[in-house]
Amino acid sequence: MEFSIYDLTSFTQWIDSSLRASISPGWAVAIEMIIIGLAILIFFALVGLFLVYAERKVCALMQNRLGPNRVGPAGMFQTVADLVKLLFVELVPIKNADKKLFNLAPFIVIIASIMAIGALPFAKGLHAIDLNIGVFYLMAVSSMGVIGVLLAGWSSNNKYSLIGAMRSGAQIVSYELSVGLALVTMVVLAGTMQLSEIIEAQRWGWFIFTGHIPAVIAFVIYIVAGTAETNRGPFDLAEAESELTAGYHTEYSGIKFALFFLAEYINMFIVAAIAATVFLGGWMPLHVYGWDGFNKVMDLIPPFFWFLGKSFGVVFIMMWLKWTFPRLRIDQLLTLEWKFLLPINIFNLLLMALLVLIGWHW
Amino acid sequence: MKSFIRYIKSIFDGLITLLKGLGVTGKYFFKPGTTWTQQYPNNRRELKMFDMFKGEVIMPHDEQNEHKCTGCGICEINCPNGSIEIISASITSEDGKKQRIIDKHIYHLGMCTFCGLCVKTCPSQALAFGQEFEHAVFDRTRLTKILNQPGSKLKKGVA
Repeated sequence: MEFSIYDLTSFTQWIDSSLRASISPGWAVAIEMIIIGLAILIFFALVGLFLVYAERKVCALMQNRLGPNRVGPAGMFQTVADLVKLLFVELVPIKNADKKLFNLAPFIVIIASIMAIGALPFAKGLHAIDLNIGVFYLMAVSSMGVIGVLLAGWSSNNKYSLIGAMRSGAQIVSYELSVGLALVTMVVLAGTMQLSEIIEAQRWGWFIFTGHIPAVIAFVIYIVAGTAETNRGPFDLAEAESELTAGYHTEYSGIKFALFFLAEYINMFIVAAIAATVFLGGWMPLHVYGWDGFNKVMDLIPPFFWFLGKSFGVVFIMMWLKWTFPRLRIDQLLTLEWKFLLPINIFNLLLMALLVLIGWHW
Repeated sequence: MKSFIRYIKSIFDGLITLLKGLGVTGKYFFKPGTTWTQQYPNNRRELKMFDMFKGEVIMPHDEQNEHKCTGCGICEINCPNGSIEIISASITSEDGKKQRIIDKHIYHLGMCTFCGLCVKTCPSQALAFGQEFEHAVFDRTRLTKILNQPGSKLKKGVA
């Protein structure tokens, strides 16, 4: 069997066939699911640790500071130390809290992000499940996290938590619309909702280049709305520290708080990964039609690193937004969505449909 | 129509101002050498505090071990939390007059809030702020300091 890091299809098929050769198909599927689940959880932990570290460094540099620099070289192991500390922190029981919902909430939030990441294509052949409604599925599960947020706010028996959760609900319900319409614009261009086909359609140019101006507008709207959907600054009203202590997770401590914290960063990564897949070509290297030498050089970088690089690039843009702009008021937030993003988005969708109809796209 | 044009204009104006803000933080991020953080325990040797830094209250003495404190007690009266105690003594000067001089200028560093009222109100500028700030000690009594050095005298010409 020959494996290559440029095309992992043979590797995954080899695992599948060798499992099916030794045990019954039902057990083979079960074991494959366990392997994928473990791989995703490990990826979760690594990405979470890295993103927290990256955010602290990025924010420090933008504020003329140094950031964490004591634990390990350049503070690399700071987040590991923080995680170990969080694991040992006492879980404070809350009086008069709705115990069942209180304990359930962090899991709903984290399960929503696990479900979303399962459908993302990481590299050629490294794709847990390739749904033919991939984009639709991603939108559906990524908006499930708000149920966990609402439950956390409701069950905590705390006014700050409740206000934070309600704000988060209003915010996600409004911005979900913009995320959806921005993605629908790109689906119109691609002509399919299957993520693998969307990536294949970007072989000779990413959609942000081939989609002309509507794709750029959709990208900007997607980044803004995606930042709002992850409850990050400048749209972090749901946990506005100065007003609501910590918003919906005020009453959480220890590992339950860590789950919320992890979910926030993973959701940021998922939003960035969707943007990378739909607008920037996913794992597809940068190709220019006719430049064969250039394309060969670009193909030397494995697809997995293209995907990670693009995702972290978008994550960096989101961090840049967070550490530049002050937090919006709730009325400004809703004005931005309903009076600006939504009309522009609908107009943009019509423009894209027109472009596709007259055949200006490649 | 007019309001529609204003609406379109507001979008572009907003975008331009947002990009300006992004430009500032982007400049800080990509340009090295803009960090202002002092890596304190590592740079202890070279660390020099700025002139206006309020580390502790000191009484400057010159080479002849002379200070300017007349023992008037204005600093003690002005201190809002009683960090200063003046113990004065009286001596007879050469021309036979009785004169009040400072015996001990006691300064409780542990109670001081560094408001600067003593330094500001001293009529003879006898007090000043020093730049020493590493005040951690193992015993609380060591935070009580006597500012005038032993054997020091009042400078000539200070009333």
